[in-house]
Amino acid sequence: MTTIAIEQPPTAGAISNAKLGVWLFLASEIMLFATLFTSYIVLRLGSTSWPWGWDALNVPLATLNTVILITSSITIVMAYAKAYDKDKPGFQSWMSLTILLSLGFLVVKAFEYSHEFKLGIGPHTSVFYAIYFTMTGLHVIHVLGGILVNAGLLYMSSRSKHWEHPLFLGRVEGAGLYWHFVDIVWIFLFPSLYLL
Amino acid sequence: MSHDHSGSSSPSFREKYVFSLDHKVIGLQYLITSFIFLLVGFGLMMLMRWQLAFPGSPIPFFGRLFSAELAPNGVMSGEFYNALGAMHGTIMVFLGVVPLAVGAYGNYLLPLQIGAPDMAFPRMNMMSYWLYLPGGVLMLLSFLMPGGAAQSGWTSYPPLSIINPGQTVWLLSMVILITSSLLGSINFLVTTINMRAPGMSLWRMPVFCWAQLVTAVLLLLAFPPLEAASILQLMDRVFHTSFYMPKDLVLLGQTYSGSGGGQPLLWQHLFWFLAHPEVYVLVLPPMGIVSEIIANNTRKPLHGYKTMVYSMIAIGVMSFMVWAHHMFISGMSPALSNFFLVTTMIISVPSVALMTCLVFSLKGGSIRFNVPMLFALAFIPLFAIGGLTGLPLGLTVTDIYLHDTYYVIGHFHFVVVSGSIIALMGGTYYWFPKWYGRKMNDRLGLIHFWGSVACMVGIFSPMLIMGLAGTSRRLYDPTAQLHNLSTQGLNVVSTYFAYGLALFQLPFIYNFFNSMFRGEKTPENPWQATTLEWACPSPPPHGNFPSTPTVHRGPYEYSTPGRVCDFWPQSEPPSEDL
Repeated sequence: MTTIAIEQPPTAGAISNAKLGVWLFLASEIMLFATLFTSYIVLRLGSTSWPWGWDALNVPLATLNTVILITSSITIVMAYAKAYDKDKPGFQSWMSLTILLSLGFLVVKAFEYSHEFKLGIGPHTSVFYAIYFTMTGLHVIHVLGGILVNAGLLYMSSRSKHWEHPLFLGRVEGAGLYWHFVDIVWIFLFPSLYLL
Repeated sequence: MSHDHSGSSSPSFREKYVFSLDHKVIGLQYLITSFIFLLVGFGLMMLMRWQLAFPGSPIPFFGRLFSAELAPNGVMSGEFYNALGAMHGTIMVFLGVVPLAVGAYGNYLLPLQIGAPDMAFPRMNMMSYWLYLPGGVLMLLSFLMPGGAAQSGWTSYPPLSIINPGQTVWLLSMVILITSSLLGSINFLVTTINMRAPGMSLWRMPVFCWAQLVTAVLLLLAFPPLEAASILQLMDRVFHTSFYMPKDLVLLGQTYSGSGGGQPLLWQHLFWFLAHPEVYVLVLPPMGIVSEIIANNTRKPLHGYKTMVYSMIAIGVMSFMVWAHHMFISGMSPALSNFFLVTTMIISVPSVALMTCLVFSLKGGSIRFNVPMLFALAFIPLFAIGGLTGLPLGLTVTDIYLHDTYYVIGHFHFVVVSGSIIALMGGTYYWFPKWYGRKMNDRLGLIHFWGSVACMVGIFSPMLIMGLAGTSRRLYDPTAQLHNLSTQGLNVVSTYFAYGLALFQLPFIYNFFNSMFRGEKTPENPWQATTLEWACPSPPPHGNFPSTPTVHRGPYEYSTPGRVCDFWPQSEPPSEDL
C-alpha cells in the first residue's frame, strides 16, 4: 500500500522503540485521566451537595468489576510469561481468558448503565452523574481498545510468521503495559466515585 | 545501512507523494499544508481588519461572496466577525505555526541532524499527517455549519462557548488535531532518544534538536489536559451536562435549563494549562532555527551552547507552572495571582538567557549577511520587543489595566509573527537547498524580508499604543464605544500595513515555487555548515545517508584554531593534516 519502511538500525538504547513508545503514550494518558480526576476534585469541592456513592451507584457490582479487572491483569502477565517460554497453547489460553474477563467487565458495566438509564438518570442529572458517566465512559472506551489489541495479538499468535517474529514478545509486553494502565485507572475510579 | 532498494525502485505517485512513509516527504507535506493554513488564517484576519478600520462599510471585492446571513449587503455581521476571530486564532496556532515548526521542520530535519535513516515509527508519522489534514479541513468546513463557525474566541471560554453555534465541530476537530500531535510527539521523543547515530551524544546535538526534544515533551504532556477539557465541553454541548455551567445562569433573558453546579473557571484553568506550554511550542523550535542560522553565518560556535540547552529545559519545566497569569482578572483568588506572578517572572530569566546567548553569538563573528541570516537577525530585536512587552502583563498590578486591550494582541503578535514566523520563513530560505537541491532567489528574498519586517512592525506597534490608551480588544465595531474612538486612526494604519504584508508575501510564494524548478542548483553543503543534514545529498534519498554517519565532534565547530578550513563537519573523521 505504501512505500516500504526502512529497516531500523539496532537501537543504541537498552529499551526498544516500541516499548519506549508505549511508555510515552501512557505518560500522555496519565495526563488525560489526571485532568479528569482534578476536575472531579474541583467540581466536588465547589458543589453544595455531593451524593454518597453507596446511595447513588451500585457498589456490589462495581466491586465485582474490580475483582474481574484485577484478575485480568494477572492473566495477561501469565500470557506474557507463556509467550516468553514460547508456549503457544499456553499463551493462547491465558490471552483468551484475559479477553473473556474484559468482556465480563463490559457486561457488568452495561447492567449498571442500563439500570441507571431505566431510572431516568443520565449525565444531565447532576454534576456527580456527569463526571461519573464521563469518566467511566472514557474508561470503557479504553477497555474496548485493550480488547481490540489483545484480540489482535491472539489472532497473530495463530500465524507462525507473527508468532515467530522477533518483535512479538515486545508487542505482548506493550499490550500488557497498556492493560495494567487501564486496570490502574479503574482502581482509582472505583473508590473516588463509589466509596468516598 | 540495511536499506532495501529493490522495492523502492519505482514507487507509484501515490506511494511517493501522498501516503509516503518517508519523513522528508511528510515534512514537506506539513510544510506546504501549514503555509496554506497560515495564508487562510491571514485572509480571515484581513477581512476583520477591514471591519476594524472602516466599520459598517461593505467589504470590497469579497463582500458579495458571503451569504446574506454572514454579511448583509457586503457589510460584516457581528456573528461573522466573532467567527472570523475565533477561527483566525485557532487556525494560526493549531493549524499554522505549530505544524510548521514541529510537523514540517522537526519532521524533515530532526532525523537528518541526528543521523537517523527515518523516524522511529514511519507509519505513525504518516498517520499524524493524515489526521492533521482532515482535522484542519473539518475546522474550515465549520464555516458551512448552520449558524456558522465557532464564535467564542480561540480560547472558547464557557458559558458562551456552550451556547454559541459551531463550537461542537471546533471541539471534534480539536480532538482529532490533538491525537495527531500526540502521535507526532511520541515519535519525535523515541527518535531522539533511540535513533541517534554513533557518536551523537545528547551534548553533541544541535540546538534545533534540543528545541524539538523539549517541544515534544511539552506537546506530550500539555495536550492531553486540553483533550480532557474538550471532552467535558463536548459533553456539556451534546449530552447537556453542566461541567462548566453554574446553576440558574441567565443569558439573554433566558434561564439555563441544565442541572448547573459546574464551574466556568475550570475551563480557563484547563485551557491555559495547555495553552501556556503551547506558547513555548510556538517559540522554541523557531529559536532553534535561529540558532542554527546564526552559528552558520557568524562562522563561530554559539555562545553558551549548554546555557541555551539548560535554559530551554528550564523553560519547558516552568511553562507548566505559569498558566494562570492569563487569568488575573478572572475572579480567581488573589493569593493564586501572587504565586503565578512570581513563577511568570522566574520563567522570563531563562528566556532572557537564551536571547542573550544569541546576541553574544554575534560578537566577534565575521557575519555573512545572506537572506536567512537577515531573518535570524531580525528575529532577535523583534522577539525581544514581544517578550519584554509581556512583562507588564505578567505583573498583576499593570495587568489589571492592560488586560483585554489591544496591548495584549500587540504583545503576542510581536512574539509569534515577528518572532516565530520570521524565524520559520528564514528557515525556509536556509534549508531550501537541502529540500530541493536548489537555492531561492536572493533579490526576491530581500524584497520579501524588508517588506515583511516593515509591515509587521507597522501592524503591531499601533496596537501597543492603542492598548496603552485603553482600547478594548475583540469588539466588532470599535467606533461604538466612546473610549475606543480616540485611537481609531491607528486602527486604519494597522489595516493598511496588514494589506501591505499580504502584498509582500507574493514574492515569497512566487520565489518558493519558481526556485523549486528553476532555482540555481546548489551543492550538497552550500552554506558550508557543520551539522549532519548537510552531509547527505540534496535532496536526501529515502534512507537519507549513503552509510550511517559517525559523529566525531560537537555541532558548531566553526573557525577552529589551527584549521585552514573554517568549518569542521560533525561527521568528518579527525585527521592529522588539517
